[in-house]
Order: sequence, then C-alpha cells, then structure tokens
Amino acid sequence: MIRTRRADRARARPPWPLLPLAAVTVVFLVVPFLALLQRTPWTGLGELLGRPLVVDALRLSLLTSLAATTIALVFGIPLAWLLARQPFPGRSVIRALVLLPMVLPPVVGGAALLFAFGRRGLLGEPVYDQTGFLLPYSTWGVIVANTFVAMPFLIITVEAGLRSMDRRYEDAAATLGASSWVVFRRITVPMVAPSIVAGAVLCWARALGEFGATVTFAGNLQGRTQTMPLAVFLALESGDRQAAIALSLLLIVVSLAVMLPMRDRWLAV
Amino acid sequence: MARLTSRRLLAGLAAALALSLALTACGDDDGGSGGSATTSPAGGKITVFAAASLTDAFGQLGDQFEAAHPGVTVEFNFAASSALREQILGGAPADVFASANESNMTQVVDPGHAYDPKTFATNILEIATPPDNPGNVTGLADFAKSALLIGLCAEEVPCGEFGREALANAGVTPSIDTNEPDVRSLLTKVENGDLDAGIVYHTDVLAAGDAVQGIEIPDEANVVATYPIAALSHSVQAELAAAFVEYVLSDQGQQVLGTFGFQPA
Repeated sequence: MIRTRRADRARARPPWPLLPLAAVTVVFLVVPFLALLQRTPWTGLGELLGRPLVVDALRLSLLTSLAATTIALVFGIPLAWLLARQPFPGRSVIRALVLLPMVLPPVVGGAALLFAFGRRGLLGEPVYDQTGFLLPYSTWGVIVANTFVAMPFLIITVEAGLRSMDRRYEDAAATLGASSWVVFRRITVPMVAPSIVAGAVLCWARALGEFGATVTFAGNLQGRTQTMPLAVFLALESGDRQAAIALSLLLIVVSLAVMLPMRDRWLAV
Repeated sequence: MARLTSRRLLAGLAAALALSLALTACGDDDGGSGGSATTSPAGGKITVFAAASLTDAFGQLGDQFEAAHPGVTVEFNFAASSALREQILGGAPADVFASANESNMTQVVDPGHAYDPKTFATNILEIATPPDNPGNVTGLADFAKSALLIGLCAEEVPCGEFGREALANAGVTPSIDTNEPDVRSLLTKVENGDLDAGIVYHTDVLAAGDAVQGIEIPDEANVVATYPIAALSHSVQAELAAAFVEYVLSDQGQQVLGTFGFQPA
C-alpha cells in the first residue's frame, strides 16, 4: 500500500524547472554512447567478439566483479550497520578512511595494495616467505583490487538506507522479545533491501569497469588477470580501435542486461 | 537533523569550490606569461608530444631550446607513443611528435598529420632486475623459468614487441606473469621487487640508477628501437616546430640524448 501512495505522488505534475534540467542530463549522459554506437564496426563484430582474448576477458570480468560484490556484501553490510547505528569514538574517522578508495585515483589504490600485499609488502612479504602465496598476478589479486575500489559504494549506500529507515518496526520487534540478531535479520535487512540492492549494483558496476587498481596491483595476463577494461585499453594501444569499440560495446550490453531488469521498486529507497 | 546535514554538505561543497578556485588562481599566476605568449607573435609556444621514454632527455632539450630562443616556450606531453598517436589523430593541438617506434609515426604521417619524419635516436633493450636480483637472473634464458616472476611490456606497445623479438632471437619461450601496459609501470614493479626481471630500454635502466640492476642483452639477440620525429602539418607555429626538430637532430641535441643513454641515429 505504501507503493500505491508513492505511485499516486509520482503521477502528479512534476515541478516545471526539473524538466529542462533533467533533459540536459539525459542528453549529456547518453550522447557519448550514441557516438560509440555510431563508430561500432557492425560487420565483423561477431568475429571480433568471438576471439579467445575477448571470451577470456569477459569471463574473468564477470567472475571477478561478482566475487568482489559478494565479498563487499558479506563484509560491507556489517560495517555499514555499525557506522549507521553504533556511536563509537572515531566513527567519522573510520567512515572517511573506508570511503577513501572512492576519491583516490585507482592507480594510487593499486600501488597502495602492492605496498600492503605485494611480494615486498607489509603483509605480503611474510605471507609469501612462509607459504609462497602471492596475490599479485593472480585472479585473486583482481578480486582484491576490485573489492578495494568498489566496496565503499556499497557501504555508503547501505549506511544511508539504514539511517533513513523507520526504526519503529525494529523497536516493536525488540519489545516483542526478538533478539537483536533476529531483529537485524527479519526486520532491518528486509527493510533496507532496496538500499542493499542499489549498493550492490553500484559496487558491481564499479568493479566491472575497474582498470587502474587492477593493472597496477594484479598486472595483465590473458585468462588470469586481463579483464575487459584492460583488454579495451590494450586494443586501443595497439591501434586496433575497432576491437576496442567492440569490446566496449560488449561491456555496455552486459551492464544494461543487469541494470534494465532492476525495477524502480528495487531502487526506491 | 536533515537540514543540518544538507547545510553541512553545502558548506563542504562551498569549501571545496573555494579551494579549487584558489588553486586555479595560483595556476593562472604561474601560467600567465605562457598564456600571453601564445598570442604574441614575437615569442611563441610549441607543444611537443613525445614518447614517455624521452621524458628526461627532452625535458633538458626543451630547456636548452628555450634558452637559445628567448621568449619561446616549449610544452611537453609525455605518454605512450600509441596514446599520443590517438590524441594527434583526434585533433590535439600539437606541433611536434616524437615517437618511440616507426609504426606509430607512420600512422600519423599516412593520413597527412605530419610530414618528413626523421630518425633522431636509437635505443637498445636491457634486462632489469631489482637491485639485489632475488631471482639470480643472468640472461634471457632465465625468462623461461616459471618459478620466477617475469614481466614484459604488453605486445601491443613497442617495448613489448621488441622484448618478444629479443626473446625469440635467443630462442627463449618466456613464462610471463604480467604484460604491463607501458615500460614505466614495468620498471616500477621491478624496482619495488614485485618482479624478478623485465625487459626494458637501456635508457630506462640508466635513468633508474641504483633502483634497478641492468643486465646487458648480447648484440645477436638485442633489438634496436628507432625513434622518429616530425613536425605536425596543422601546427600554427610551423617555423618553431621545424626549428625544434632541427635542434633535436643537431650535434648539440644529439649530445644531450647521448648523455641519457640514447645512441645516435
């Protein structure tokens, strides 16, 4: 029933200053993609996209971005809850620090990851000496780089959802004897589900497009660490603009395939 | 509560805006002379697009050229030759293009963006290892060892193409851990000990100083990279652009390039 009221409101006439500004936004954001479509080499697209390099890159991109999103959900939601609900000393400092990867140039993030987890890194060196395990140059390295860069988008979105949610339902459940874990699972999570979905989509999208941190931290090797953005970049480097455009188009199609089914209701926080 | 947050947000945005305006103002003070120079016919400014491996050598060449031509400013855009090529083909306002290989120059000359390219320097390849050489690398043969962390430039960029050629000349099939997008990022990983060995240019090893150990590649396997330079057709400073190209080719220019490890054309 909440949905109906919302729908009623949406049907009302929009405030007039919004329309031209919104139109400008749409043009600005969509024109570059139309330009890309216009340059797409439609003939030969099948051959370009069927190359083993492209298939490997797409597989790796999907795998690593989804893995990063999963890790972000498991570890990000608890932190979002603490940041939103639990006052503790240094909370704003922690929040600023965990959001840092959003503003940091990704290449810098990748370098920082190397200094931490590289072969001569703060944590990387002892682990490598003991076990021979190394994150860089492995698919795990790509996942770590993706998670580092993309997880803040999930944290900030879920925290905002938790802060704006009506807490009376949680209070009621607690009054009726539900433990705090049950309240979290049965009341809080379902109520902020739209924020969690929106945050996960943002996080996934950011991970899918990740370039700088990945190439700096994990390197670039077909089938192991070469994701779609790396393949696009190198196709451009080699002067194969057609392949670069074809790969970009594929990345866009994959993104749309995920975004389009997201109904308004999922994203209505 | 909500109002407080939005007010804080506005305050934050205002502070960020003020900061950026202040920084822009500083930048204007700095570049004020350059800005007027573009319009004044007496001096003038040229923009040189040069391969990343030329950063140090061309920096010095630019200073000397400016000293020899009072009132003239030389600005540089250093990047991978392939990126520079894309920018020039896309209409970037450049006057001179210095590439790290022939093919990027050819792709600029063929559609008429540049004319009369001349080779101004050559460079050879060298193996770079971390200063302590943890993999005990002694030559190209070690690049086949899978236990070592081996990096090359990606085959899409000149140093990767040449590096593979050298390995093929030596009959070595490398066990590669990463194909770096450019020679600088490869060198950085070697310097930091994140790789046991990589193939870079001799000039890179020289410039890195003590940060890496260089191991020479024997002549029979080594590859000579040639660097072409050309003035661009759409330059609005055609005379200055031609003068700069001439300066790079002159004895004085060649001597500067020599101190940075380049060999004469």
